[in-house]
Amino acid sequence: MGSAAQDTAVHTGRVARTFIYLVLLLFALFYLLPFLVMLINSVKPLSEITSGNMLALPAIWTIEPWLSAWSTAQIGVEPTGLKPYFVNSLLMVVPAVAISTILGALNGYVLTKWRFRGDGILFGLMLFSCFIPFQIVLIPMARTLGILGMAGSTPGLVLVHVVYGLGFTTLFFRNYYAAFPTELVRAAMIDGAGFFKIFWRIMLPVSGPIMVVSIIWQFTNIWNDFLFGASFADLDSMPMTVALNNLVNSSTGVKEYNVHFAGAIIAALPTLVVYVVAGRYFVRGLMAGSVKG
Amino acid sequence: MGFLDIRDVTKFYGQTEVLHRINISIEEDEFLVLVGPSGCGKSTLLNMIAGLESITSGKVSIRGRVINGVHPSQRNIAMVFQSYALYPNMTVGKNITFGLEMHGVSRHEREEALLDVAKLLQIDHLLDRKPGQLSGGQRQRVAMGRALVRKPDVFLFDEPLSNLDAKLRVDMRTEIKKLHEKLKTTIVYVTHDQIEAMTLSTRIAVLEQGHIQQLGTPQEIYNTPANVFVGRFMGSPAMNVIPARVAVQEGVPFACVTDSGDGEQLLRFSQANLAGWDGREILLGIRPEAITDPEGADRGSTNVVNLRNRIGVTEPAGSDTFVSMTLGGIDVTARMRADVNVCRGDTVDLAFNMDKAVAFDPETEKRIES
Repeated sequence: MGSAAQDTAVHTGRVARTFIYLVLLLFALFYLLPFLVMLINSVKPLSEITSGNMLALPAIWTIEPWLSAWSTAQIGVEPTGLKPYFVNSLLMVVPAVAISTILGALNGYVLTKWRFRGDGILFGLMLFSCFIPFQIVLIPMARTLGILGMAGSTPGLVLVHVVYGLGFTTLFFRNYYAAFPTELVRAAMIDGAGFFKIFWRIMLPVSGPIMVVSIIWQFTNIWNDFLFGASFADLDSMPMTVALNNLVNSSTGVKEYNVHFAGAIIAALPTLVVYVVAGRYFVRGLMAGSVKG
Repeated sequence: MGFLDIRDVTKFYGQTEVLHRINISIEEDEFLVLVGPSGCGKSTLLNMIAGLESITSGKVSIRGRVINGVHPSQRNIAMVFQSYALYPNMTVGKNITFGLEMHGVSRHEREEALLDVAKLLQIDHLLDRKPGQLSGGQRQRVAMGRALVRKPDVFLFDEPLSNLDAKLRVDMRTEIKKLHEKLKTTIVYVTHDQIEAMTLSTRIAVLEQGHIQQLGTPQEIYNTPANVFVGRFMGSPAMNVIPARVAVQEGVPFACVTDSGDGEQLLRFSQANLAGWDGREILLGIRPEAITDPEGADRGSTNVVNLRNRIGVTEPAGSDTFVSMTLGGIDVTARMRADVNVCRGDTVDLAFNMDKAVAFDPETEKRIES
């Protein structure tokens, strides 16, 4: 692998290389600019923003907007800050990601190692679910949640996200397991391992890279989802994204931009953390299976 | 009824019949090799014994117990796969004992069994490594260890040596043979390599297109092939199958073949039963090592016939020299001694050991029984 990478790398001169890095650095800074604006405005008093100097560094540094956004800001009618909704989001995201990933892994395992008549068609149909726009399912989903008695609850949202994410997670795991040697499953069968034993002891331990892909994908999608949250959540199950919208829209009198900026960063923080921690495994996982190591 | 009994077994994939009424019965301690070109159904048959493929009709039994429909883990078999199929996430030790663990064997017994097998296969220093850290030969040993530790009734080997390089393959072949002689186990072994089949087996089943072409000891298969396919498939270089005509003179049958100069030459048959074939066309099957230079001819043979022919290409192979020529209108290979002094275009005397010759019916391609 190492030598192959060296062979295929294009050799460039030092000048060209410096130029490339310079351009890349400029682009990186350019892309970071909005974040920088958010960050510096979230640590300055409101008066400094309203006086019209958004790009300047704060004259007085303060974490007051962060504290306010977290625990005291007006969300809708309640002055609770974002904290309870952050918890709501976590309570929704963690089970939804876990369940959809495990079910996707199981689906991928069955579709590749326990082939049955029509499995290809079934997989094709599951792929379709990746292309269905959110808006189309809103009303049927609301009906279903009502019938199940899960309307306006966190478990209801978990169900919605699991159903919606299953197409993607199944796709990830199916393609990953397709490259996994079937002889291993046969060997385990002869060794006496059953369906779940093989899954648990043989397949899952080698699924790390694709697991990371599935978790990042699902986490960012579910955490950032607004439409389902706005449509199906009650006040006490409302996720972060909807609360952030309410924060920005429900300020009494003055718009507290610094608090809004702080709130927006808090809302984005978990996905950022996931990317920083697991991001480098993401590409590796996506590449696995497509290229034989 | 044998130890492993395969009775009238067929296999269909949809409408396609891939195995046609297979009958094989082997005794305990036998080493059966299923050999044939790729796609002949040998691996399918092995998988059916293992329980990895269903049996369309017929019966497979081990120790008199019919195992159709029995789960692979309940058949008391163990299998060594072509890719070794070692679990990549487990250490060598875990790999070997996984089957025992699944069968509920206690930790203490597992450890003991592991040490026994590891010592036998000389892999005791590798037990804590992962398969990814092993060489091909070591993986092969671990795969065998995993099979041995179960003490099964029947071992199944699916082309276990074909992923190894040439030298290691020969070493491991010897080792498998030694292991079989030491442990007295019953083995069914699939390969496409006829040399593996000859060296390892106590009996060989040659398969082609889902039919057993011949079932017999290596000597039977090699010396008296049932048909042209078996004759050509077993042995390297392949058996020469020369179009000839039978001519009977004073009750003695001769094969009449056209030499490179379009003249007719007579080769006296050792078998007398061809008298009824007077004047009819046959196919003369004779192996390269039965055509030599006269000095190199087999002194034990009762019937060596000399024949003059012009030779084509010579291929010195170190231990022998392979000489090709035209006989009966086809290319024929002879196997001469290494230091024989012949050149392309020479016309030389060739010694045909007719004791080793067989005759095939050109229509059915079956051997004419003697």
